[in-house]
Amino acid sequence: MSTPNPPGGPTTPNPTGRDDARNPTAGREGVPGSQGPGPRTGEGRSGGRRRGRGGRGEQAVVPDATFTSYYGRPVVKASPWEADIPAYLFLGGVAAGSSLLAAGGDLTGRPAVRRAGRIAALGALAVSFAALVHDLGKPVRFVNMLRVIKPTSPMSVGTWILSAYAPGTALAGAAEVAALLPWSFGWPGRLLRASARPGGIAAAVIAPGVASYTAVLLTDTATPAWHSAYRELPFVFVGSAAAAAGGLSMITAPTAQAGPARRLALAGAATELTAETIMERSMGLSEETLRTGTAGTLMRISKLSTALGAAGTLLAGRSRVAAVLSGLALLTGSVCTRFGIFHAGQASARDPKYTVVPQRERLDERDGRPAQDPAGS
Amino acid sequence: MSLADTGPGTGLPGFRAGAEGPAADAGWTDRPARKGFFTDTSICIGCKACEVACKEWNGVPQDGLFELLGSSYDNTGALGASTWRHVAFVEQRKPLGGQRTGVTDLGMPAFDKPGAVADPDERTDFRWLMSSDVCKHCTNAACLDVCPTGALFRTEFGTVVVQPDVCNGCGYCVPACPYGVIERREGDAAHVPNVGVAQKCTLCYDRLREDQTPACAKACPTESIQFGDLDELRQRADRRVAALHEQGVMDARLYGNDPDDGVGGAGAFFLLLDEPETYGLPPDPVVTTADLPSMWRRAGLAAAGLLAAAAVAFVGRSR
Repeated sequence: MSTPNPPGGPTTPNPTGRDDARNPTAGREGVPGSQGPGPRTGEGRSGGRRRGRGGRGEQAVVPDATFTSYYGRPVVKASPWEADIPAYLFLGGVAAGSSLLAAGGDLTGRPAVRRAGRIAALGALAVSFAALVHDLGKPVRFVNMLRVIKPTSPMSVGTWILSAYAPGTALAGAAEVAALLPWSFGWPGRLLRASARPGGIAAAVIAPGVASYTAVLLTDTATPAWHSAYRELPFVFVGSAAAAAGGLSMITAPTAQAGPARRLALAGAATELTAETIMERSMGLSEETLRTGTAGTLMRISKLSTALGAAGTLLAGRSRVAAVLSGLALLTGSVCTRFGIFHAGQASARDPKYTVVPQRERLDERDGRPAQDPAGS
Repeated sequence: MSLADTGPGTGLPGFRAGAEGPAADAGWTDRPARKGFFTDTSICIGCKACEVACKEWNGVPQDGLFELLGSSYDNTGALGASTWRHVAFVEQRKPLGGQRTGVTDLGMPAFDKPGAVADPDERTDFRWLMSSDVCKHCTNAACLDVCPTGALFRTEFGTVVVQPDVCNGCGYCVPACPYGVIERREGDAAHVPNVGVAQKCTLCYDRLREDQTPACAKACPTESIQFGDLDELRQRADRRVAALHEQGVMDARLYGNDPDDGVGGAGAFFLLLDEPETYGLPPDPVVTTADLPSMWRRAGLAAAGLLAAAAVAFVGRSR
């Protein structure tokens, strides 16, 4: 939560009364000067604690979840990551999908799809690297990522996936850029042209890993909204990557060649929207961070934009104007998905509710205690 | 000694330390007994000597000057990059065990006249919980598992330590920790050491190597913070809980002592007098990497699906 710690007592009221001694006055305690004729049930305390959180126009139908926390402070820490990371999640997806389309275009005689795909992959990869290095606390130590190979660290695995993906992407992309330039480059140019196809195919083989590992990067954390989405997030992310790359290819390639891009975009959009729906049902309490605040806005735009882009692709994809507009909508949807899920996770880490309530329920169930009413879930 | 800096579980781990403990899993062949803390909060007096001693010994920079947080005597806030010990203060209208204070109204700190507000029945019901929190040095440490550089490593004592000259500040350990302990240090690099690098308690690795007690435990005037061999500390804690229960303090319970819990048992565990969440601790933490094999399987499936979808998109109709 962005609001400063309210001077609340150490406990949030627990009207369900598991521990009578802690209620009903617990919520008022520890606040010098607050012992006036306050609410005996402490109902107002939780209002104070969560004041300012997504209050606009959102009337809770059920009461807020009640739980105990230490002055409303977070239990887990939000990641220190900034816009670099969700931007990379998007660009990595674009690069991966573009490499696949480029290789397909190369092998099936669609030169425009090949050319645009290779250049898009190279550009997205270059910006991705810049974002990833910029995000580090010690950017000059980026190479320390290459000290170890750790399957327990999705970031280590991702580093090696990117390291395997980058050379082929660079060769194929550089060959296309060189071909656009007026010079011949002599024998290095011929070597580059000859290596473009193997490089592009090698990149395409690794590309799906680039698109899907980023889901594990987020879910392998104690951040409630990310971890609880681990079953479906890889499918959301590859769907988002396919939709974005397909959309970009629809913009950059003539409609006559863009059939595979349209089909990939449609499959991606359908996968993303379906997986998101399933994900929202399986996440539990932290799902509400996908509906509220910045993340809520982004996710609503994401779904609308992706659905509109898919509809445009399906109905009018062979019209140049419709293809460009649909492609832009799909790209917008993908950006908003990545930023939305990123912000949902950050919000879920900052509010102790999403850490404490599910764990408390799990613990009470295991201990055979009567289940508390998880009112806010 | 040998040190495998990929930590426990090179290869997907079983998420339980072997019988020899996490240091053995990390590849230490010649190792002392696993070391840890038992923090008995029932005798903590909230003096914060541990916070001060930690800062002094480890050269931890200031973490906020003259900030009043409005949370009893806690103006430290939470564990973080520059807060390796944090004393929590919780005020409750509740008697501590069978205590009889004999005071008409000890009362809560307030601006009202003593006894003006509280019901007669609850006037003597007051207890002040204090607890010195610290890195748990988990048996299955998420921070260590996810560290992509090997900067975080398992010491021969079974503790978890950051090598500040290796860490590149990727920040992955920060959201990975189920207790919110480790953090990337911010600040002016000209005046503050290790800015941009993940920082946390080292369980005084330098002192341990000289057979010394960690600074916080050494400074603790009530022996609320006890340092020693983890096996011995666990037995001592069991005896202490039993003694407290006998004395009528039925709230006493251990936290983090169970080797079968979600983190495989903590190297630093606690005796608490209320639910963990009252102190800002997660009630049932589970190391995130416990689900990692399943995550990788699903990511592999999704990747295969993407490859297949792209292939199918190019097959079929010619355009």
